[in-house]
Amino acid sequence: MNSIRALIVDDSSVMRKIVERSLRQAGMDLKLVLEAGNGAEALAALQENEVDIVLCDINMPVMDGLEFIKQLASVPNAKGVPVVMITTEGSEAHVLQAISAGARGYIRKPFTADQVKDQIIPILAGKS
Amino acid sequence: MTASTATPAAFGTPQNWTPLLEQAAREVFEMMLGSALTVPEHTADETPDITSMVGLAGELCGLLSIRCKRAAAMLMASKMLGVEPAQVGADMSDAFGEIGNMVAGNFKNKVPGLGDGCMLSVPTVVTGTDYVLHSNGATPAVELRLLFENMPIVISLQVSE
Repeated sequence: MNSIRALIVDDSSVMRKIVERSLRQAGMDLKLVLEAGNGAEALAALQENEVDIVLCDINMPVMDGLEFIKQLASVPNAKGVPVVMITTEGSEAHVLQAISAGARGYIRKPFTADQVKDQIIPILAGKS
Repeated sequence: MTASTATPAAFGTPQNWTPLLEQAAREVFEMMLGSALTVPEHTADETPDITSMVGLAGELCGLLSIRCKRAAAMLMASKMLGVEPAQVGADMSDAFGEIGNMVAGNFKNKVPGLGDGCMLSVPTVVTGTDYVLHSNGATPAVELRLLFENMPIVISLQVSE
């Protein structure tokens, strides 16, 4: 797989590190990893940078993950960038809410590197 | 939005919740820390000095807490991050809070019919022993005493009636 650029959005810096480690354990060659602590920070990061995928929590202060997805279309750099939710909110209603908002994948915490891989590789393959 | 008339009893009893909470905790520790929780042979006589708390609101209101010694929380963070305990530093509280958050989230997703109607607060971590926890109308519903790497941890779920 080619090098990828990822944006990881979570209000926990520990979870951001764990998601990055899971991507590496899943065999991803990370050319660029950006981090944001909420949806607003993520939108700001995408104004300045292009990424191949966004991995995003739902429950965050300032701007949550669902609102972030809704506003993503307004960022020229981010059009068509797939977003995968990584969250403790695992009910079917939350999954449907995220998918209808535009999420391409959904990973429930706790998760393994294999689960991250299973979600992300098909999405990145479909994008290329 | 419609008002819910569900009561805690609609989602089972503490007897039903105990195995779900234990399974939720075991999955978090196995998947995120690579550690299997075990059951102690005797009750440990240790006073926990760090607590991770996550509030539940909605159709099931209450508080989930995880209590242990600081050394245990430090080891949890080190296993989560894949670093030596000495390298954990300020990430300990964040990691311990996230463990509480994941156990609470995983638990509520296992209670049939509850996931959609129950929200979680952001986690809070309290250090020290000189405090009393008051949660409105809550009684200890479930208390699990387990071992993490041979160190005692107590996982409690208090539910408001």
